[in-house]
Amino acid sequence: MARDFAWIRPEPHGIHVAPADIWIDPSHPVPRALVTHGHADHARGGHGETIATAETLAIMELRYQTREGARPVQYGETIRLSGGVDATFVPAGHVLGSAQILLEHAGERVVVTGDFKRQPDPTCPPFVTTSCDIFVTEATFGLPVFRHPPIFTELTRLIDRLHADSDRCVLVGAYALGKAQRVIAELRQIGHRDPIYIHGAMERMCQLYEEFGIELGELRLVSDAEKDAMRGAIVICPPSALNDRWSRRLPDPVTAMASGWMQVRQRARQRNVELPLIISDHADWDELTATIEEVDPAETWITHGREEALLRWHQLHQRRARALALVGYEDEDD
Amino acid sequence: MERFAALVDALVYTRGRNDKLRLIARYLRDTLDPDRGWALAALTGALDFPAVKSSTIRAMMQQRVDPELWALSRDFVGDTAETTSLLWPAPDGEHDPPPTVSQAVALLSAMTRKSVQADLPQLLDRLDPSGRYALLKLATGAMRIGVSSRLAKVAFAQAFAVPAEEVEEHWHGLEAPYRELFAWAAEGAAPPDTASRPTFRPFMLAHPLEESEIDLADYAAEWKWDGIRVELVRVGGETRLYSRSGDDISAAFPELTDVLPIDAVLDGELLVRGSHQGGEEGGAASFNALQQRLGRKTVSRKMLNEYPAFIRLYDVLMAEGADVRELPWSERRTRLEALMPRLPDSHFDISEIVSAPDFAALAAIRESARDAAIEGLMLKRRDSPYVAGRKTGLWYKWKRDPLLIDCVLMYAQRGSGKRSSFYSDYTFGCWNGDPDGGADLLPVGKAYSGFTDAELKKLDRHVRQHTVNRFGPVREVDRSLVFEVAFDSVHASKRHKSGLAMRFPRIHRIRWDKPPHEADRIDTLRALIRD
Ligand SMILES: [Zn+2]
Ligand SMILES: [Zn+2]
Repeated sequence: MARDFAWIRPEPHGIHVAPADIWIDPSHPVPRALVTHGHADHARGGHGETIATAETLAIMELRYQTREGARPVQYGETIRLSGGVDATFVPAGHVLGSAQILLEHAGERVVVTGDFKRQPDPTCPPFVTTSCDIFVTEATFGLPVFRHPPIFTELTRLIDRLHADSDRCVLVGAYALGKAQRVIAELRQIGHRDPIYIHGAMERMCQLYEEFGIELGELRLVSDAEKDAMRGAIVICPPSALNDRWSRRLPDPVTAMASGWMQVRQRARQRNVELPLIISDHADWDELTATIEEVDPAETWITHGREEALLRWHQLHQRRARALALVGYEDEDD
Repeated sequence: MERFAALVDALVYTRGRNDKLRLIARYLRDTLDPDRGWALAALTGALDFPAVKSSTIRAMMQQRVDPELWALSRDFVGDTAETTSLLWPAPDGEHDPPPTVSQAVALLSAMTRKSVQADLPQLLDRLDPSGRYALLKLATGAMRIGVSSRLAKVAFAQAFAVPAEEVEEHWHGLEAPYRELFAWAAEGAAPPDTASRPTFRPFMLAHPLEESEIDLADYAAEWKWDGIRVELVRVGGETRLYSRSGDDISAAFPELTDVLPIDAVLDGELLVRGSHQGGEEGGAASFNALQQRLGRKTVSRKMLNEYPAFIRLYDVLMAEGADVRELPWSERRTRLEALMPRLPDSHFDISEIVSAPDFAALAAIRESARDAAIEGLMLKRRDSPYVAGRKTGLWYKWKRDPLLIDCVLMYAQRGSGKRSSFYSDYTFGCWNGDPDGGADLLPVGKAYSGFTDAELKKLDRHVRQHTVNRFGPVREVDRSLVFEVAFDSVHASKRHKSGLAMRFPRIHRIRWDKPPHEADRIDTLRALIRD
């Protein structure tokens, strides 16, 4: 049976589902959008109607100050769109509220992952493998050099350093949506009970996580703290604040950063990082390739990241794949 | 190997010199022989395994990874050893535990070009990614983690609370894993015997003169020649030439290794023949000419002819079996003068004493020295013994006043360590014509010193408020701020776009008041060349 999947097309500004006239993660305002998760390169503001999980919608509201056109769906819930298209939101394990979107039309199945990972994460339900004909995946860490260690080993290094330099603080640069809260939640799970100091830019996102039942323990704002109180403490800030003047208020910080890019020494050095923590919310190479083998699609579409290497892998394994030239996606996990 | 790998990683991510010293010192204290000795050798680049080269590693990876995936990975990571450490496939089944550093060194030494493709993978299978990285860096002798041999020696001295000068003296002539050195420093054993080998003896150094005047009855004056300070050592008929840092530079100056007729240790300035420093006859060329000879592993006949080197002697440390370092300078000077007739004048002369009736007269002589391209004067206490390092009150360097020029700030870069949140490294330029007639600025130098912490804060704010472009850690600023830059000399240079290279530029004054179009032109700077 020849299938052409003419009903779903990658366009420069997103993936378009023609029968329903709806876009997935479009990079400019559209009348109707399906949004996989709240990261800025996937969730833009200004759409007429936005269908996403309640968590993603709340994150978007925080960022764009409006709930207009918001239509929440639950994980596992199938909604009927116009033109005979069904959409189901499936956990992606990436950040709070993140979902893969399964689209079904005329007996054909397409899964759009948005971003995903397979490592466990206490802030969101784990990735669910969903069989499909076309698997639309990210490839942020699509190079065989990327193999993320378990988060436990990285946090152990963080705690060890904290104890070794107890008159200093460890300043961890972490993406304000997802990474920061995951690091905090994981620290709590391994028994770190001390107050954690956060940059003001993270306050509301942390509150939002707590409203959705993710316990982050005692958080204090750096701006409210005495310098000496932060000695021996963990401080978390957005990566952009790491070498910023803002950090001068901290007691002799050890500069750390939680990111998948920290696997490469040069990347860490470029950012003046003393303690690189390889903590990523994206699939590493082994997770990417294992997931594709598990899903076993007829064809893989690669949205963003290092698509060349993943294309080569498909070729070596006699699998069909194509890279979509989507605009507006950035290297996340920064 | 795990602890060594952790040290290597920590050094990669540590910028500050003191932090690096602490890390190395702690490792040396907490690690046993002979591992720590091999680690020290690895850090200072003293190891060589002929069978393991970067090309060996590439060939090894070609058999294991698809060439296209390898190329993409290598491109992204930017380093062959690191790419290999990350890509290395996890071994199937059981494998041996990680080797110690000494075991790794023994295994690497035993590898031949034939066996390496089978042996190296077995070794890598025993290590985690960090261990693989450290092993491959150690094996190829390219650590590149910002640890000079000098830094490693200072760390060694700190680790065991022994004087750095003594470490320097005992180090030379010893081979990895330096057991005698550790026995001496860590366990209080007798120092290693280096008297019978042509080893480096640490230099006596000078402080800048800060007193407004000194008594010439107590001090003798000598020119401070603009070459490089060297030590020529002959012991048991074997001659070695050492640079100021104690690096053996004999290979670059073969003409000096067979001209010393007696066993001796001599301190002097390495110069190239010319008519620039100290007159036409038997004079020396400028520093620029000497530079043609520096940093070469081997030297061509043409180089030897065009830039013949010689040593202008300052001092004698040992001669014919006698260590004279305890003697007063005046006594050593007499001995040096007595030695001169026995040394071939093709390769040696003596740095003349500059005599003056009083200090004011000496100051006048010093000022007149600019055209002779001499750096300034040395003032040596007549009764000073030859002691390693800088001892207050014994030797002074009295440099000419620096040259000054007004430049415009063009780029700023973040500093390192405590300065990493500040834009503290500045590139500045001069106008290549009339700034009001459309001339452009050309960068002429870089400086990161010469200002106070308070000024640094102000400069940092200026950079942030005047940024017009960003390139990674570098910001381009609008052309609004003038620096008065002090420097020792300026030379023609093909490596710089302006065709000029300054020596020791530093910020003398920040001219917040001066309009940038009043800064100096390239021509003004070029006129100061004395090559
Ligand atoms: Zn994302
Ligand atoms: Zn993304």
